[in-house]
Amino acid sequence: MKTWVTPGGVHPPENKHQSLTMPIGTLPLPEKLIIPLSQHIGVPANPCVQIGETVLKGQKIAEASGPLSVPMHAPTSGTVSAIEHRPIAHSSGMLSPCIEITPDGREQWIEHRGIDDFQHASSSALLKTISEAGIAGMGGAGFPTAVKLNAGHQRPINTLIVNATECEPYITADDSAIRERAQEIVQGISILSHILSNPSTILIGIEDNKPEAIAALKPHVEDTGIQVVSFPTKYPSGGEKQLVYILTGQEIPSGKLPADIGMLCVNIGTTFAIKRAVVDGEPLISRVTTMTGDACGINRNYETLIGTPVSHMLANSAFDEKACSRLVMGGPMMGFSLTSAEVPIVKTTNCILAPSFQEIPEDEPAQACIRCGMCAEACPVSLLPQQLFWYSQAKDYERLEAHNLFDCIECGACSYVCPSNIPLVQHYRHSKGEIQKARAEKIKSDHARERFEFHQQRIEQAEKDKEAKRTARREAAEKAKATAANNRETSAPGSAADIIAAAQARAAAKKISPEQQRAKFERSIAGAEMRVSMAEEKLAEADPNRTQEQENILHAAVESARQKLDQARLRLAEHNKAHHGEQVD
Amino acid sequence: MLETIAQQPILAALIALVGLGTLFGGLLGFAAEKFKVEGDPIVEQIDELLPQTQCGQCGFPGCKPYAESIANGDAINKCPPGGQATINAIANLLDVPAPELDAEHGEEADVRTVAFIREDECIGCTKCIQACPVDAILGAAKLMHTVIADECTGCDLCVEPCPVDCIDMLPVKETIKDWHWPAPPTTADLIASDRRAQL
Amino acid sequence: MAFKQITSPHAHAAQSTSKVMQLVIWATIPGLIALTVHFGWGSLINVILATITSVIAEAVIIKLRNRPVDFYLQDYSAVVTAVLLGLALPPLVAWWVVVIGSLFSIVVAKQLYGGLGYNPFNPAMVGYVVLLISFPIQMTTWVTPLALLPEAVSHPGLLESLQIVFAGVSPADGVTGATPLDSFKYADGLLVDQIYAQDPLFSQAGIAGVGWEWVNIGFLLGGLILLGSKTFTWHGPIAMLATIALMSALFWDGGSSNSPGSPLMHLFSGASMMGAFFIMTDPVSSAVSNRGRLIYGALIGLLVYVIRAWGTYPDAVAFAVLLANFAAPFIDNYSLPRTYGHTDRRRATEKEEG
Repeated sequence: MKTWVTPGGVHPPENKHQSLTMPIGTLPLPEKLIIPLSQHIGVPANPCVQIGETVLKGQKIAEASGPLSVPMHAPTSGTVSAIEHRPIAHSSGMLSPCIEITPDGREQWIEHRGIDDFQHASSSALLKTISEAGIAGMGGAGFPTAVKLNAGHQRPINTLIVNATECEPYITADDSAIRERAQEIVQGISILSHILSNPSTILIGIEDNKPEAIAALKPHVEDTGIQVVSFPTKYPSGGEKQLVYILTGQEIPSGKLPADIGMLCVNIGTTFAIKRAVVDGEPLISRVTTMTGDACGINRNYETLIGTPVSHMLANSAFDEKACSRLVMGGPMMGFSLTSAEVPIVKTTNCILAPSFQEIPEDEPAQACIRCGMCAEACPVSLLPQQLFWYSQAKDYERLEAHNLFDCIECGACSYVCPSNIPLVQHYRHSKGEIQKARAEKIKSDHARERFEFHQQRIEQAEKDKEAKRTARREAAEKAKATAANNRETSAPGSAADIIAAAQARAAAKKISPEQQRAKFERSIAGAEMRVSMAEEKLAEADPNRTQEQENILHAAVESARQKLDQARLRLAEHNKAHHGEQVD
Repeated sequence: MLETIAQQPILAALIALVGLGTLFGGLLGFAAEKFKVEGDPIVEQIDELLPQTQCGQCGFPGCKPYAESIANGDAINKCPPGGQATINAIANLLDVPAPELDAEHGEEADVRTVAFIREDECIGCTKCIQACPVDAILGAAKLMHTVIADECTGCDLCVEPCPVDCIDMLPVKETIKDWHWPAPPTTADLIASDRRAQL
Repeated sequence: MAFKQITSPHAHAAQSTSKVMQLVIWATIPGLIALTVHFGWGSLINVILATITSVIAEAVIIKLRNRPVDFYLQDYSAVVTAVLLGLALPPLVAWWVVVIGSLFSIVVAKQLYGGLGYNPFNPAMVGYVVLLISFPIQMTTWVTPLALLPEAVSHPGLLESLQIVFAGVSPADGVTGATPLDSFKYADGLLVDQIYAQDPLFSQAGIAGVGWEWVNIGFLLGGLILLGSKTFTWHGPIAMLATIALMSALFWDGGSSNSPGSPLMHLFSGASMMGAFFIMTDPVSSAVSNRGRLIYGALIGLLVYVIRAWGTYPDAVAFAVLLANFAAPFIDNYSLPRTYGHTDRRRATEKEEG
């Protein structure tokens, strides 16, 4: 089958054989399992267990909160021993809420059952199963799979692409999984195909450096309409955008999703998890993770429980800390360094790399950029990394955007080839972060300006209203005086009737006429209506990733604004009733 | 007629110049009418660059009045919340040298802060609500007040009026979602930095 | 256990700027050998003298700028500049010419702009042009190629050459002479065939000019080595040479007395090959994208030909490269590559829509 060639790319040493000498193994149960509540894009899950509670293997321990969230499950049976902030798999090395489970060693499953005949199940039921199983893209980004598939439901998907590229050096998790579990993987793909109402083309994209995996897949895809497409090995062929182009010759427009051009990409590890969830009813509680690098005596793939601390993996792999130059979660090109080995394995962890100083030496100091252009030759999306670097240093964010900084996929090919050892990717990440921060601040300051202007207006209006009242009162008083003077002329001065008349006139001046009263009520209704619409708008516009708490606040705001509106309406109605007679008169 | 003019160079020059002057004057006048710009765009542009905290530290009641004042020639270094970045941006816009922040008006804060009301202590006096320039405080008379943290600009105008001192300015913590990579250490081989590099 | 926070990618190719620079230096060797064989020891002395001056100048400036001297000298960029300047200068030129040129290249054209990576102009060419304008006599006196030396005259030996360079001893009669581009330019009123028949520089040559053709072939060879090692892409050099060939073919004029010369002569005389593979490929001062480098190369080729054919200078690579350096940012602005997922190329000054 025809494949297309992406521009750029690099050929770093593959280093994949080390971890492929043994089949996928299992690790002994660790003492503690730490399950981060945020292993995916979107809002962290909400814990639904208490400290001290006993949980069974596969039991849900955290609920999805919001549309872009997925639930978490206990990877083994045991006791919830802590719910607190722990270091997680994130470049920042910051802490994030986690649930800690102390295993009881019995590995007792919760009662679970799969769907026997998925071919006759509705897509929505299957999507629900996938969502409930806590499956998020296992290739890297951790996008909730059910959401992705659902997006596919809104637009027709004609091409399903299964990403088995695994283009990063060292990583063999997908490779070994395909070798040993090809049948289940193909079954998972059939489930996907069924959910997507059988797209016309189903492709498994795989680099030609995995002949064993290709051979393992071939017998299972016969007569299924699934095509296994192999293409020359080049980093980064496994990026979603790159793979789509390699397999179809089409580009995903900038800022769009594959679904926008009728395609859907799923990682091959995810398809296995889908099979487990749908056919066996097992939630996602373990994944294949490669343990590799020369600082470890044993290099192999493990079926690892989610939540296993990296230190536990290292301890079981003859790890020599002194020989280790850095600890990387993911591959050597896009993986991020861990500052602590207590970080747990999460749903997106495909590799733990513990290289020796010979394999990956300390970074050398950066020299000057000579604009040699090797980075531009290596860039898979045809950017000019040297210019981006130049403008990053100059903090010229306008030019950076004009040079399509946000199309950079951070694959690291430019830094890899840079002869001056410039940490280009870090420059881009920093600049992207700064631009995003500036955008967020701009939105915030615009919002503040609007509110300030509204505030000013409100105060001015109040001031005007007061002024109007004051003039009305003064005029009424003058009128009363005039009347009194007239009276004085006609009747005797100082009479009791005179005083009473004056007092009545004063009272009349003070009392607001029913018309004025009604106008006031109407104003307050208009104000209340505006507040309701503003609150609703805010609720609609609010960040989709908002927390439950934020959402509650917004809902409460809408609710209270509505109540106020109702009150105001009620008051007006009463007023109208009371003054009905007068009006007719 | 033409010949006479041609023979009188001074006359010819005069006629030509006057003619040109009238022509271009007319053109300019036409353009000024046709492409008339409403309002004072420079004020808007300056206002865009100001941080909109409406804190009044510059001595003006809000950012817009200060923007107007800058447009009329006021100093551009009176905005502590915006700090040096804002000064640089305005200097760039107006094409003037960027001065340091005027310490008289306050110092640039490292971290953004928002107001927080210790709700147990709040007596419901509504003074802070009146002080807030962006209506970010919720509450009613004799009832507890609270700050909508997302709307708070951190201007701290509400701290002063509170009779029971129950408002704190708390720093906004960096979350894992806000975090982004710091800039890599620069090789700093630009000439301008040479002397400083050694100090 | 605590580990370092390091940004990805963790793996790096075993390539370094100093290796690139060293490769460029090695690649000049075929050209240097050809120069030495055909024009004597002069070029070698130039190169060595320029290198010593440049490295010392660079070290002093880096020291003045309070930078680690070792670290910055290790990039070999000063040596490359010096070697290229030394090769471009006429053999047996007085020592002070070489020293002034080197100092100007390193101090003014490179370090005053911020050092490697920040110089807007090719430092070697700035030095060369300063010399050419300041000392036209010294700079236009070239050595007669070996094959054309009068009988009983030979190129001065190493010692004698050193005396000529450092002590100002005059070389023997007939040792110096014109270059092919010179004699072609000043042979007014003659048909091309007549020039070729009369001037031994051409009559005894294979394709372009005695000695000079071999020098150009030497630089071409070195250039192909660099091209093969992917030190630079083909776009710039090929665009430049193709433009020179195209222009000279267009204006060949059938070899009349007004003809500025044949394509072969233009490609293989003067500094054509050296310019195409060693001078204009200086990445710092050139355009950045491949498309940009095509335009940049074509512009240099055009300027070289225009100045050679109708200007007052016989050769023009230095001027052409410097003029194109001026244009590089402008070219960059209009030659961004099309990024994945975009339908159009953008301009660098374009703003984000909406």
